[in-house]
Amino acid sequence: MKNNAQIGRSHNRLEGQLKVTGQAKYAGEYQVDDLWYGYVVNSTITKGKIVSIDASKTRSVHGVVEIFTHNNRPSLPWFGMMYSDMDAPPGTPFVPLWDDEIKYNGQPIALVVADTFEGARYAASLLKIKYEIEEYSTNLFDNIDNAKKPSKGLATLIKPLPPSPKGDFEQAYKSAAAQSSGEFLHGTEHHNPLELFATTTVYEGKGKLTIYDKTQGTSNSQIYVSNVFGLSFKNVRVISPYVGGSFGSGLRPQYQLFLCVMAALELKRNVRVTMDRTQMFTFGHRPQTLQKTRFGAVEDGQVTAIHHSAFAETSRFEDYTEVVVNWANILYPASNTLLDYQLVPLDMFTPMDMRAPGGSTAMHAVESTMDDLAFQLGIDPLEFRLINYSERDVSEDKPFSSKELRACYHQGAEKFGWKNRNPEPRSMKRGNRLVGYGMSSGIWDVIALPAKAQAIYDKNGQLTIKSAVTDNGQGTYTVMTQIAADQLGLEMDQVTFKYGDSDMPLSPIQGGSYTTGVVGSAIKAACKALKETLFSVAKKMENSPLKNVDLSDVTFKNGQITVNKTHQSIQLTDVIVFNNNEPIEATKSNIPNPIKLKQYTRAAHSAAFVEVEVDEQLGVINVIRAITAVAAGKIINPKTARSQILGGMVWGISKALREETLTDHNLGKYINTNLGEYHLPVHADIHELDVIFVDEKDDIINELGSKGIGEIGLSSMTPAIVNAIFHATGKRMTKLPIHFNDVVNHE
Amino acid sequence: MNNFNYIKADSPDHAIQQISDRQRTFLLAGGTNIIDLWKYNLTHPDTLVDLSQIKGLKTIHTLENGGLHLGALVSNSDTAHHELVKSKYPLLSKTILAGATAQIRNSATNGGNLMQRTRCHYFYDAAAPCNKRNPGSGCPAIKGHNRMHAILGHSDQCIAVFPSDMCIALAALDAIVKVKSSRGERIIKFSDFHRLPGDQPEKDNTLENDELIIAIELPNEGFSDHYSYLKLRDRNSYAFALISVATGLVLDGQIIQKANIALGGVAHQPWRVPEAEEFLIGKDATPENFANAADIILAGAKGFEHNSFKIPLAKQAIIRNGAMALHPERQRPGAQPSL
Repeated sequence: MKNNAQIGRSHNRLEGQLKVTGQAKYAGEYQVDDLWYGYVVNSTITKGKIVSIDASKTRSVHGVVEIFTHNNRPSLPWFGMMYSDMDAPPGTPFVPLWDDEIKYNGQPIALVVADTFEGARYAASLLKIKYEIEEYSTNLFDNIDNAKKPSKGLATLIKPLPPSPKGDFEQAYKSAAAQSSGEFLHGTEHHNPLELFATTTVYEGKGKLTIYDKTQGTSNSQIYVSNVFGLSFKNVRVISPYVGGSFGSGLRPQYQLFLCVMAALELKRNVRVTMDRTQMFTFGHRPQTLQKTRFGAVEDGQVTAIHHSAFAETSRFEDYTEVVVNWANILYPASNTLLDYQLVPLDMFTPMDMRAPGGSTAMHAVESTMDDLAFQLGIDPLEFRLINYSERDVSEDKPFSSKELRACYHQGAEKFGWKNRNPEPRSMKRGNRLVGYGMSSGIWDVIALPAKAQAIYDKNGQLTIKSAVTDNGQGTYTVMTQIAADQLGLEMDQVTFKYGDSDMPLSPIQGGSYTTGVVGSAIKAACKALKETLFSVAKKMENSPLKNVDLSDVTFKNGQITVNKTHQSIQLTDVIVFNNNEPIEATKSNIPNPIKLKQYTRAAHSAAFVEVEVDEQLGVINVIRAITAVAAGKIINPKTARSQILGGMVWGISKALREETLTDHNLGKYINTNLGEYHLPVHADIHELDVIFVDEKDDIINELGSKGIGEIGLSSMTPAIVNAIFHATGKRMTKLPIHFNDVVNHE
Repeated sequence: MNNFNYIKADSPDHAIQQISDRQRTFLLAGGTNIIDLWKYNLTHPDTLVDLSQIKGLKTIHTLENGGLHLGALVSNSDTAHHELVKSKYPLLSKTILAGATAQIRNSATNGGNLMQRTRCHYFYDAAAPCNKRNPGSGCPAIKGHNRMHAILGHSDQCIAVFPSDMCIALAALDAIVKVKSSRGERIIKFSDFHRLPGDQPEKDNTLENDELIIAIELPNEGFSDHYSYLKLRDRNSYAFALISVATGLVLDGQIIQKANIALGGVAHQPWRVPEAEEFLIGKDATPENFANAADIILAGAKGFEHNSFKIPLAKQAIIRNGAMALHPERQRPGAQPSL
């Protein structure tokens, strides 16, 4: 790598100033002339039928234009596949306003359109709906007997179902020197990005639309709108460069997109639909999940038997799955396993991927059980992980493409001061507060997908890169610019990255921690192709010093092509002049080689170390310090990467101690649907956090050797907190979130 | 949010005249609660009388008896940071700062703080039954999510709690509330201001519909040497109290001369039990004595599925806060447990 390489260097977010000064526009903020506003009416019952809708009062509100319900919606395709999207689980996607049937509480059942947002909202409150209520069930525990095997589909290719049993689990468990079993539960969680879901549709006429949508995939929204409303792809343009957080909630088109586009097409007008915070609880969520573990280990600490089963909630119309029970045996090489994953259909909306889906769920159960085994055997928890370190993934009998988890353990423990831990629970104190140290491993897989990118070099010496990919706020814009700059040896300000627009080359939805690897590799490929073209054009120039040299004999740097041996060079802008001032461009797809990749288990790893204080009488818990060490291949931008991991650690605190969507099963609905009562951590909850990136080289996973860091910071944090609370109090917390009153015993 | 009449009141009497003349007239002070309720479609004022421009109700000054006058329209922030409050009534200052957020406290007023509604989930959900919002419709909290709900003074119609922090300190400080209507002024003792739900849970307090809060007044005793506010909640800021305790002590050496203890987050009103305070007088300020006082305070407490933990934890909180009150200088910020 060249000395002035951008990759590996900390850069501030290129759009940071635009964001903090309010100049970056989000989907519901674009200034559009002649705009009408839609407000969604949601079902107040959980299951049943709409008997009648009385809109007389709604219509009488000044400025109301139209009220859309299942009675007057435009005709829509009958074929369920037409409503499918890039993240659709097996089943039949939900279609708003399809008919009079209510499938879940909060289901969108009408759209009131008016000339102001406030008018539409007030008019919507006056809509009188009569329902016929049917019996419903929203409680996972009451319905465990109805658990079933998940259906297979496209989604289960990326999120594989559990492998078959191996060895003889029951025998190995029975004969183990130490046995640990537990039941672990977390309730529903909602993504709650700060930016509300919104769509602004500009009606351009002649079946043409420009759509500003809050999404993690402009192409995904484009395909969905085209299929549902029978428009040609080229006439549907979806724009979404700035996304105010999403965490998975934007992986599927949400109902405001459907309703907004429908209204714009029907009314032939520009329309905006923005959800309110309560409505942010009326679509996908992390599913409530019950897990059971039984792990056995022999005297010297080797884990020989792993049983991990999970029961997760899904809707009655789609089989949402996530990878929960597959991880334990990738991390720990037991030769006897029993892994099981089942779904429990309930009268709720379909769950959807939420940061570290399945992984963060699983790690609570796996790492708590490991911690308990270590305690039983009298082995230090860190030493116990090292005893069970898998050099090879025995669950699929494959090597790892790379794995520096051992370095995570060592560097994390050293910096944290793990050696100062007294192994005895309740042995460390500070005033009235019990002190606990806990640690955990973390893992997240590296997903490879195809993507396309375009690279253009112009007469001004500017490199322009294009991809439809979005930037959910984690720094995609910045790291893609760094990747492109390095390919042509340019400075950051000589590169412009254009993104978040479905007119640009296709990108998969942004999720699963794969965007940097997937889109970055496509950009690298496009830049390589551009270099080849620039080189071959430059060869044809008069007196070209490149005439008798190969591409491998030259270096692209500082806007020049330089012959390595002779140091003769050509200005890239002169090449463009020679090209009649026409920009030179290249478009390239990066298509991963599945045969090569399938030979390896590809994963990022982490180790978290946490210190908690627990008030001995009152139970109040504080995570006073934490360190997460991460092995995730090449880190493109250490600054934005650190922020990503810090965000994951804060989320880990949230998942362990704070957030939970409360469901009232009598009413069949969520009841804390606002940010006052859905408790996300505040500054006063966050103390000292630190991040270590260990060196890790990986030539297998992708062109960049970069593994992605969106989820890995979260997965190890929650169980490390739970284990620290055990060390502080002697209590093993199996239900998340942990409340302060859960950790104290009073008569 | 429906359309409405907006009237800017220029004096207390002007505001009083508006509320006695009109139906469904609401007063707007800081607006931190009523605007929420309105947007959530829970209340539909025809007329909004804006008090924010009234000048007379925005002062804090010393009273002849040595007490302190807090104007009804002084913001919570200005009250908490006022020199006289900080020096003489640090319990009030600390308690205010344990509530809400800096932004909300900047907007919220002292009078408005007394008038805020419960944060019961079901009260806030227009589609759910709620006896407080819609009398006779039922109380889903009794068999639903009742973690935040009452353990004391609840009725079979309502188990909601009054959410204020500030009022817990005002209760402990023996404040009085001055109110005014077209019939003249009257004084309401703080302990008489908020009421228990009984069979009229829709009524939060004893203020008449045509009355305006003018001021809150504090007596001379401010407990500035020995005081503490402890707040147990589901996150360290911007969460309502599940249990809170305001304690003010007057000591002679280790002997308690006066002990005022008020609990928040446990009832439909700030909870004070004079018998418990009398029990402490003349006794040493020890954990054992606070524990016995706690048993008196919590006598008759009854929990529900998700909040029975409050009964033993409230006792622990009373004991701890007694100890914290002995050493205000050793308290950690944010009304969190110390020592």
